[in-house]
Amino acid sequence: MAEHLMKYSDAVKEFDPVFGLETHVELCTNTKLFCPAHIEFGGEPNTQLTPVSLGLPGSLPVVNRTAVDFAIKLGLALHCHINEWSQFSRKNYFYPDMPRDYQISQFDKPTNGEGYLDVELDDGTVFRVPIERAHIEDDAGKNTHVGGTDGRIEGADHSLVDYNRAGVPLIEIVTKPVEGAGERVPEIAGAYMRAIRDIVRALGISHGRMEQGNMRADVNISLRRKGDTELGTRSETKNVNSFHGIERTLQYEIRRQAAILDAGGEILQETRHWDEATQTTAGGRVKSDANDYRYFPDPDLVMLHITPEHIDEISKTMPEMPAERRKRLQKEWGLSDLEMRDLINADALDLVEETVKAGAGAAGARKWWLGEISREANSRGVSLEELPITPSDVAQVEKLVADGKLNDKLAKQTVVGVLAGEGAPDEVVRKHGYQVVSDDGALEKAVDEALAQNPDIAEKLRSGNMKPMGAIIGAVMKATRGQADAKAVSALVIKKIKG
Amino acid sequence: MPTFTRETVAHLGELAQIALTDEEATRMQGELNVIADSINKVQEVASDDVEPTANPIPLEAYLRPDIPQAPLKREDALAGAPATEDGMFVAPRILGDEE
Amino acid sequence: MSTSQDNDLLRLSAAQMASRLRAKEISSRELVDAHLNVIDAAEPGLHAFLKVSADEARAQADEFDKKNIAGEVGSLPELAGVPIAIKDMIVTKGIETTAASKILEGWVPPYDATVIEKLKAAGMPILGKTNLDEFAQGSSTEHSAFGPTRNPWDTSRVPGGSGGGSAAAVAAFEAPLALGTDTGGSIRQPGALTGTVGVKPTYGGVSRFGAIAMASSLDQIGPVSRSVLDAALLQEVIGGHDVRDSTSIPMEVPALSKAAREGMRRDLKGLKVGLIKQLGGDGYQPGVKQRFNEGVKLLQDMGAEVVEVDCPHFDYALAAYYIIMPSEVSSNLARYDGMRYGLRVMPPEGVPQTAANMMAYTREAGFGDEVKRRIILGIYALSAGYYDAWYGKAQQVRTLIIHDFEQAFEKADVLISPTSPSTAFRFGEKMDDPLSMYMNDIATIPANMAGTPAMSIPAGLSDDGLPVGFQFIGPQKRDDVMYKPAAALEAALEEQWGGPIWSSLKTPWLDGKSAK
Repeated sequence: MAEHLMKYSDAVKEFDPVFGLETHVELCTNTKLFCPAHIEFGGEPNTQLTPVSLGLPGSLPVVNRTAVDFAIKLGLALHCHINEWSQFSRKNYFYPDMPRDYQISQFDKPTNGEGYLDVELDDGTVFRVPIERAHIEDDAGKNTHVGGTDGRIEGADHSLVDYNRAGVPLIEIVTKPVEGAGERVPEIAGAYMRAIRDIVRALGISHGRMEQGNMRADVNISLRRKGDTELGTRSETKNVNSFHGIERTLQYEIRRQAAILDAGGEILQETRHWDEATQTTAGGRVKSDANDYRYFPDPDLVMLHITPEHIDEISKTMPEMPAERRKRLQKEWGLSDLEMRDLINADALDLVEETVKAGAGAAGARKWWLGEISREANSRGVSLEELPITPSDVAQVEKLVADGKLNDKLAKQTVVGVLAGEGAPDEVVRKHGYQVVSDDGALEKAVDEALAQNPDIAEKLRSGNMKPMGAIIGAVMKATRGQADAKAVSALVIKKIKG
Repeated sequence: MPTFTRETVAHLGELAQIALTDEEATRMQGELNVIADSINKVQEVASDDVEPTANPIPLEAYLRPDIPQAPLKREDALAGAPATEDGMFVAPRILGDEE
Repeated sequence: MSTSQDNDLLRLSAAQMASRLRAKEISSRELVDAHLNVIDAAEPGLHAFLKVSADEARAQADEFDKKNIAGEVGSLPELAGVPIAIKDMIVTKGIETTAASKILEGWVPPYDATVIEKLKAAGMPILGKTNLDEFAQGSSTEHSAFGPTRNPWDTSRVPGGSGGGSAAAVAAFEAPLALGTDTGGSIRQPGALTGTVGVKPTYGGVSRFGAIAMASSLDQIGPVSRSVLDAALLQEVIGGHDVRDSTSIPMEVPALSKAAREGMRRDLKGLKVGLIKQLGGDGYQPGVKQRFNEGVKLLQDMGAEVVEVDCPHFDYALAAYYIIMPSEVSSNLARYDGMRYGLRVMPPEGVPQTAANMMAYTREAGFGDEVKRRIILGIYALSAGYYDAWYGKAQQVRTLIIHDFEQAFEKADVLISPTSPSTAFRFGEKMDDPLSMYMNDIATIPANMAGTPAMSIPAGLSDDGLPVGFQFIGPQKRDDVMYKPAAALEAALEEQWGGPIWSSLKTPWLDGKSAK
């Protein structure tokens, strides 16, 4: 059903959007939040269970220390008030993927209270997003829907449940209603999510990959007429799992709600879903007392005590925060804003930094990771880290070039060899006998032959038209199987025609 | 004082995920009102400044080291299940006809 | 068929059985076989057991005997080799565990409770799983989905509950020891009604890992026995810190058997005993009051000073309990939804065959009336609109009860009351009146609310010929404090009655006759 939408620019002229994000970050602990079941991505269904994660009668939860430490780290990064005493509560509702039919979460006493995150936008503006809380909770299992189309829940005949994910620790970061963002709501939301992603990765508390479900967000948005102070009725779009999805959801909801309000209608307080295929949100069930979750303190768990000493200990392990690190690196490497953004968007910042640390120049490191290696990653559909090439390999290639042992073409072939799993750069070089041919007789002979075989080009060159130089270099390269140094060839040709 | 109407009991049955029969709901309504009458006296005694007690022994959480232990064997995990398929637990369809 | 020699063996205390085992005068296998014979004879009439694990018990006994002969039992607890029965609320690997509910019928757990691991490590064979009110909710075992247990003292009467099966089994010599769980009196009240000793340790003193949860902040596993010393020895086996239970107290088990042995010397000089004003008077059966008062006199005779202590908020304990307990029940029993274990019932024709409806029809068919009533009540108490008025207030009352105890323990070392207002009642007598059933726990509930240790010992027989229970309550973490006067009173009563209370029990099933 196509919904009536208002033009975005008109919508934000007439209305003042207020948004909020509830971001779930999956922590990369070894074991689950409340039991010592090993967490592994992609394990066989129902092989990562203990009596606790399966909710067997008699089983009891015990809190994972690392999960608490990770929560404290995130709390520090988000400038949260870290509560000395926090408490786990039960959120009661029935669902087939919930092993106990209640989720253990934090309610009125979260570990991390109020904080904020300063988000830098593309034009350099800094926008402060206020944080309400960042609490610890456990995840549910996973349903696979059978008998419908495309594995959808609608029209499915039944569902299969894998409880491996049940009990994986999550931190839910809840923003306060973000006001004053105006037309930049989608941009700010996207930048906020990317900043969270960078922070959790810098802290080493989550893989932070939205496409793998390590991060997902519930997107809340409401509109009010310009000048009004009271918040409008909001919609909540659940489980949006891409940065673009979040931006588009907000754009779409602003346009949809504006059209309804403009026509004198009312916004339903409802749960919606983002449909990636149609780039629209779709209405779900209207919220009624289904959200009477009957929270109460989990009597199987006692108060979590986080001492100032514990916080001190954790704060000593805090790495440099991504925003500061970026500023520092950009300056050190002398990159433009655009170049820096490309690097970040390609997830290559860490790799380039490692490569530079291993001895390469920043420009060279950047060229390889964004060029040949990125192309290979794209064609294989994997991340840069997953390729069989390391920052020290890249640094080694750069060194061979700097030492004049490889030309650009051979360097590229070497990188291709490393990517093909042929071994480290020196092994690839040795195996293929890559070597720059420069000033010996073989090169001179090749140049002579090339000029002789292409008399018209030679004539043009002699008459001062240097355009076809490339063709001669190409012919020489071919003859030397790429091992010639292009500069040396060019110099030799010029010497010959003038000679 | 809280009173259990017929509607309240029916609604609580839904929240409890129990398909109460009409006869049960009627009987329970009467019983619950008698019980409610007697337990309602909790409201008489504690002034607002009294701290609530969730657990009788004051303890702080023991934090477990993040070290994996052997999981249940899959066949043991699935052994008690009413229905399984491909190593997974079977749920009847999650959405109803109306959805 | 039992022999008279067997009968002598069966009437020994667990401690005596243990010392004969160490002396190699008897074997664990003989003990197990003798008890299995009694179970065979008594069960048709009593129905104390839901499951008898004869093969497992024999194998465990044989293993102990082998070690005993090889001289490898020196480091084991004193009770090593003595068999035990387990309330079917405690999870046993490979042995069906049902909580006496249809919803769990047929469930064979893939793991052992911590207490079961400890019993196995101690070489104590497990005879079987005993009956209870469904999910430990009730005071008579009449709410068991698999039929009630009968009281060995009078089979037309209930054995109390919820742990009626464990209490009846120990009273009837089907087992020398048993484990129970106590949420509001489920070990102590059946102890009182069957003339056995029942102990609820300090909350957190015994691991709850593997105890099927009824109300997590109140539940506690504890011993059932025929003597105070046996209970002490058993609590020493099962007690102690467990990192798998976050509510377990990181401390050593107090020296309980030492305290019990001291008590047997019957010298209580210097001990201050607090008579709880709110738990001695109205509504108690005259025979119960009389036996209780005689017990108080005996304590005084042994040198104890008796003072009255005032615990005004105990009057609100039952009300607060009937809010907190069902609230926790409503959440703890949510997991029985037909997905992972136990019963699944699909909706009838005409009703959409959805997961939600499957859960609703499973829970409708699988839970009994009392359990459903408590779940509904608990959901109500936790609902947004009533949380503050009910659950919030009940938690505050809990604080006030703890304060009452703290003040009482400033005046007295140990507190006393009758365990239960009446002796064993007849089947059906209180089934249609939940409130009068709930009143059974009036004296036992305060200890659960405050996490204090408490125990019931037999105080003789009432004029109706049925056992009466005498309750001791100690301060938190000081279970030893109640064991000493309990053992002293037990010894004094034995002299007064000319033998242990259980020796008055007629036991036709030990002579090959039915218990009916």
